[in-house]
Amino acid sequence: MAVRAFSKGLLGLRHSRGVLTKYSSAGQTVSAAASVSSPQPQPDDVAEKILNVPLEKPDFFRVAELFSLKDLFDARVHLGHKKGCRHRLMEPYLYGCRLDQDIFDLDQTVEHLQLALNFTAHIAYRGGIILFVSRRRQFGHLVESTAKDCGEYAHTRYWQGGLLTNANIQYGPGVRLPDLIIFLSTLNNVFQQHVGIRDAAKMNIPTVGVVDSNCNPSLVTYPVPGNDDTPVTMELYCRLFKMTINRAKDKRKQMELLYGLNAPSSSS
Amino acid sequence: MSLPVANMAAARVCSTVPVLLKCGNYSFSVNVATAKLSKQVICRHISRNSALCRKNLAAAGPEKFTAEFIQKQIEEFNIGKRHLANIMGEDPENFTQEDIDRSITYLFPSGLFEKKARPLMKHPDEIFPKQRAVQWGEDRRPFHFLFYTGKQSFYSLMHEIYGKMLNIEKHQDRLRSKGLFSKDGQKISLGMSRWFTKEELEASLVENISTHDYERFIQVMERLLSMPYCGAEQEFVLRFRQLLQAQSRNQVVPPLQKDEDGVAFSAADGCRKSSISSVVLRDCGSGRVSINGQDSLLYFPVLQDREQLMFPLQFTGTLGRFDLRGTVSGGGRASQAGALRLAISRALLSFLTPSDGEMMRQAGLLTADPRVRERKKPGQEGARRKFTWKKR
Repeated sequence: MAVRAFSKGLLGLRHSRGVLTKYSSAGQTVSAAASVSSPQPQPDDVAEKILNVPLEKPDFFRVAELFSLKDLFDARVHLGHKKGCRHRLMEPYLYGCRLDQDIFDLDQTVEHLQLALNFTAHIAYRGGIILFVSRRRQFGHLVESTAKDCGEYAHTRYWQGGLLTNANIQYGPGVRLPDLIIFLSTLNNVFQQHVGIRDAAKMNIPTVGVVDSNCNPSLVTYPVPGNDDTPVTMELYCRLFKMTINRAKDKRKQMELLYGLNAPSSSS
Repeated sequence: MSLPVANMAAARVCSTVPVLLKCGNYSFSVNVATAKLSKQVICRHISRNSALCRKNLAAAGPEKFTAEFIQKQIEEFNIGKRHLANIMGEDPENFTQEDIDRSITYLFPSGLFEKKARPLMKHPDEIFPKQRAVQWGEDRRPFHFLFYTGKQSFYSLMHEIYGKMLNIEKHQDRLRSKGLFSKDGQKISLGMSRWFTKEELEASLVENISTHDYERFIQVMERLLSMPYCGAEQEFVLRFRQLLQAQSRNQVVPPLQKDEDGVAFSAADGCRKSSISSVVLRDCGSGRVSINGQDSLLYFPVLQDREQLMFPLQFTGTLGRFDLRGTVSGGGRASQAGALRLAISRALLSFLTPSDGEMMRQAGLLTADPRVRERKKPGQEGARRKFTWKKR
């Protein structure tokens, strides 16, 4: 589970070829890029160390401690839509159906959420751009404030067609696209799948998405099956993502100080 | 960026080349180098159509200038300014923009009618349109948290307004819990103002907005104003309102002066079509009228013109009270009379109460007649008259 997370996590990143060469045996898709550059092992290099140390432990940022199953239950994450709205591909994530309302399997949700938060933490640690997307008008302000507090970016408005696929013309030449997109609701206002999911898949950008029982989880890299309609649930998700990102960024500053102080003494 | 594209595209092409050959005519052909995929960098020649090489000029938008280019232009302008000052034999240190304009009109006299087509030397900030600076820093992370929406200033404004509305609602709830809530509360006094137009909003945000966005903005602001306790956000709301030009122009009353004999008099000007007149009204009670040195009977033989002169005095009931001395030039008979009438009405204002002045304004005595001769258009006989239409 951890190895899969790492190989998937490394897929979307454009820098640190040295890391790719080390893990070339882990996934077959990585080997093509690995053979292009020759391996340059420099264990004393401070930058290499800062990037590699978090990859040694499975849950380096201890995101599993941020929430428990009971918190999810209290925030009503397990409540899905009615049986008639159910998407066929969401059936594996459902525990059952009570009085026609779908109930999510919170054990699976806990696992998926831990994976998603771990991945977000690693991206934030490496200084990646995170984009929060949600087209629910009820929670737009909440999502934008969360993004502002983390120091990341948000898009809760009408999604113009070429924002990701035609970025050089939309924003200007040389723009940097997001390294991770977090969908706090994968549907748009007409109950169709948000265009951003398909566009992110086209542009090789990994996605984390809260998928409700009427959503299609196929193109989302790290789906988190759960409720996306209740204010309590959305506040929980926003709080969790904010805490992980802040934790990861603080950890990064800590590591830079730590290894930055150690490096002059060791290299001399 | 070219490397992964080559890899992916080469993988796809190997499978589709046989398909292309089968399908026949295409405007471009793809030649695949036979080198193996995995080891080397692949160099492929793709022969392209001329349509692909043509630049999409419409999609590029207005021409963009880099910051270095503008900086270079500013330096060149400053050096050129000093050279120009030396040419004109003036002090390079204190060479202002008016001096520059004067020198350019002297050195490059132009007979062109269009002022904007004449030779021009101005600071580059006035010539090149204002553009947004680059929106991201050295690590290429954008500065603004709503950058990826495309319209960051507009959406951050909407975010701010919504945040203020939430704060007001929280405040209202707190007051309600204490029992101090009242329907009237603190409202914002708008005065004589209107919302910004779409163009003004675009100018203040330095961003393009659609009409739909503008309508949403107005709706949200109206909703903010409708809340009982919105007084706290007064200056924020007034930032987006434009004061209407009230009728402040007509309050200009000519000052009442006294000459050596202690007689009060006032002077005023008037114009109509191409006549201009200047009138002095003296409060001596004689009722004499002299225009350009001549009596009104001699200067205006037609009754209609004399009636025009008399009308303001008759309207205010001051016919025999004032002594009139006026000069008028330009125009014809009736327009001179109209110019004098306007001048008399304006001069009368200083002798009357404001309510009488308001009555004169409502009677139309104080409004300058804007009608002028309409020009003749080509293809027509006159301004409106068309040539005779002949069926065959």
